Amino acid sequence: MEIGPILASLRKHRIPALLIVLEIALACAVLCNAVFMIGARAGEIRLSDAIDEQGLSVVTLTGADPERASSEIPRNLDALRRIPGVQAVAVLNTMPLSGNGWNVNFTTRPDMKPTDKGSINSNIYLMSEGADRALGLRLKQGRMFGSEDYASSTMGATFAPETHVAIVSERLAGRLWPGQSALGRKMYMDKYWYQVVGVVADVLRPTRAGAGLPGIYDTVFFPMQPTDVLNYYVLRSAPADRDRVARQAEDTLARLDPGAVAEGKTFVDMRGDFFSGASSMVWMLVLVCVVMLAVTAFGIVGLTSFWVAQRRRQIGIRRAVGARRGHILSYFRTENFLLSAAGVALGMVLAFGINLYLMQHYEVDRMPWYYLPGGAIALWLLGQAAVYGPAHRAAMVPPVEATRSG
Amino acid sequence: MFSYYLQLALRSLKRSPGLTVLMVLAIGFGVAASMTTYSVFRAVSGDPIPWKSSKLFVPQIDMWGPKGRSDNGEPPDAMDYADAMALQRAHRAKLQSAMYQVSPSVVPTGAGKHPINVSGHAVYSEFFPMVDAPFRYGSGWGDDADRQRAAVVVISSKLNEKLFGGANSVGRSVSIEGKDYRVVGVLDDWNPQPRFYDVVNTGGFSSGNEDVFLPFERAIDVGMPNDGNTNCSEIPAESGFVGLQHSSCVWLAYMVELDDAAAVSAYRQYLDGYARDQQQAGRFGWAPNNRLRSLPDWLDSEKVVPSDTKVSLLVALGLLIVCLVNTAGLLLAKFLRRSSEIGVRRALGAQRTAIYAQFLTEAGIIGLAGGVLGLLLTGVGVASVSWVLPKDIASLARLDAPLLVLTLLVATAATLLAGLYPTFRASRVQPAWQLKSN
Repeated sequence: MEIGPILASLRKHRIPALLIVLEIALACAVLCNAVFMIGARAGEIRLSDAIDEQGLSVVTLTGADPERASSEIPRNLDALRRIPGVQAVAVLNTMPLSGNGWNVNFTTRPDMKPTDKGSINSNIYLMSEGADRALGLRLKQGRMFGSEDYASSTMGATFAPETHVAIVSERLAGRLWPGQSALGRKMYMDKYWYQVVGVVADVLRPTRAGAGLPGIYDTVFFPMQPTDVLNYYVLRSAPADRDRVARQAEDTLARLDPGAVAEGKTFVDMRGDFFSGASSMVWMLVLVCVVMLAVTAFGIVGLTSFWVAQRRRQIGIRRAVGARRGHILSYFRTENFLLSAAGVALGMVLAFGINLYLMQHYEVDRMPWYYLPGGAIALWLLGQAAVYGPAHRAAMVPPVEATRSG
Repeated sequence: MFSYYLQLALRSLKRSPGLTVLMVLAIGFGVAASMTTYSVFRAVSGDPIPWKSSKLFVPQIDMWGPKGRSDNGEPPDAMDYADAMALQRAHRAKLQSAMYQVSPSVVPTGAGKHPINVSGHAVYSEFFPMVDAPFRYGSGWGDDADRQRAAVVVISSKLNEKLFGGANSVGRSVSIEGKDYRVVGVLDDWNPQPRFYDVVNTGGFSSGNEDVFLPFERAIDVGMPNDGNTNCSEIPAESGFVGLQHSSCVWLAYMVELDDAAAVSAYRQYLDGYARDQQQAGRFGWAPNNRLRSLPDWLDSEKVVPSDTKVSLLVALGLLIVCLVNTAGLLLAKFLRRSSEIGVRRALGAQRTAIYAQFLTEAGIIGLAGGVLGLLLTGVGVASVSWVLPKDIASLARLDAPLLVLTLLVATAATLLAGLYPTFRASRVQPAWQLKSN
């Protein structure tokens, strides 16, 4: 296919050609960024979490008398354990994705202050005995807490847990001691120290605090006797039972402690609530992308149809002097290919620029390079699909058209 | 003349219904997407108290020093107990209040009723006039109640509905955390968004209600714990709520009303003087690094508008631009197809301005039709943000008269803009050339 005649004819229709190029460029730029953001959000919504999310129900109990926690918590756990279908129960200070963070800065050296730059902000989970089974924690190295660890750990005089053992997530172990085993090492918080006895698969934090998304797995577990800071009751059951278990557990705790407020939820719902903003963004962006691609495609159809209508006579002449239908078809296709090529080239630059702007102003990450050619190929395919109809109609123009005037 | 152009335009649009529908759809969708996201954006970036926001200020004191500052040197965005109390005692602003979030349990009267958790704030008496809280019954408490740590409470109309069936409950008592409080005021429906007086704890937007307001020092006295965020630069030496009060942890919100520029600069001087005094006393080992932001600046610096909302608005604007470029292209195609018609009109004596008027009328009709479609779609969009967006934000987005007018205006103006070049090309058609070729 010769490109010369196509370019010559485009030069005659500079502005319509420019409009198509511009439309494809804009569509490509918006598409790349929108798909990138959809991907980022979708990845966030699907963040893995090494607990048995499908089988968990959580009941929060607020307003219980702190003085009586040591006797009421074992009683509550006993009652919850008796709910049919419940496999394990425990109580924690907070839960992954609950929105209620317990953030603390840890260091690896005793002489470092929590406010020093080298410290790592992470969430602390205080758990009652049996929480590893209730949550479904997966031990990777070392050991879980033993009964004596739970019995000797208290909340003490400050916000810090009074204990000397800790279990860290794999991710945090790698951040605190890169390339080394975390087992047996000590982590410090001001004047407190904790020795790592185990490493578990990555569990999510309650909030996006600390380093944000990159730090979402920075979590530490501590054993804890029944104390008033523990008020997230977690129950594990078969996934089919979880809705009923959540309801019954809420009723049970409300009945046992009429002065407090109990609120039951399945963990699946908690996750949905936590990511509701992200999933709404995904749907909005998907809708925008679909509408935009449709508008772009129809725009190409409209303009190409106009061209075809304008050039019926020329097409007729070409057909009369020997051009086949395939030639006409490929003429319009190549024309669209050239316009799309110019459009996506401009669009990729624009997409990159928009990404830079968003990075500067709106906490958006850098777009990986492959989104650019990806968007370009999508727009190019769209252009080819859109041009097929008008090009086909052009190919159907009979040679006799050449003899008609006007 | 205009009605003639209107007729011509309608006839021309009817001649190529496919193209017309295409343009109307493009404009409609583009405008609807922009307007829907704009309605959300408008809701979250709005001024919650426009008549007064320039007089409300939030002081920040650098009690942590260089180590505790954020990367750009900002002091903490909340206050510790000692400094908040010092500011409250000095009483240098016209109105001021320290406050913190509480979540006490309230027991409804009547046998067998379960206690409910309510949220609210512990505030000083000047809080109510400062934020212009509207009262249905009664009023806030006086500053004598502040000093006496009186057991009084201001409740929301919702809680009043729940506890007293909506009757005037001033003078009746409510059991809060097991103690009786006398109701002195019932608020009208009041749910400012963003929750400007305590942005740090509510994140700006909160679907929860503010049900109770208690005297600050009373709440401290009875040990009603802080239900909001607490940030510490070091571990408090003592435990519990009292330990928190003795620590340098920040957990209090603070707001002052300053009526003119002189008052603002006087208060600024007071803050710096206070920090210097602390420096001399040896409590601060650094020079004063205070902030005194007006409410709009404060909301901005706390990034109250979710960045997702802004990005959505940008994406929707991108879509609108794509739609406009598309419409420009289609209008161009449509107008140039009628070159011979234009040639005839010009040859018969029509001015270029007449051609302009004719084709811009046509573009305007498309814009208006697109606007009407956009309006319908915006209605659907705004109605459906409630199941797509978080409830606290979605409930703020609504379709009102200004948005209706704006939708039509944007659609028409944008289409006219898109029609400018095609019309220009149409008016340049050479009559002689067109006539000859026919």
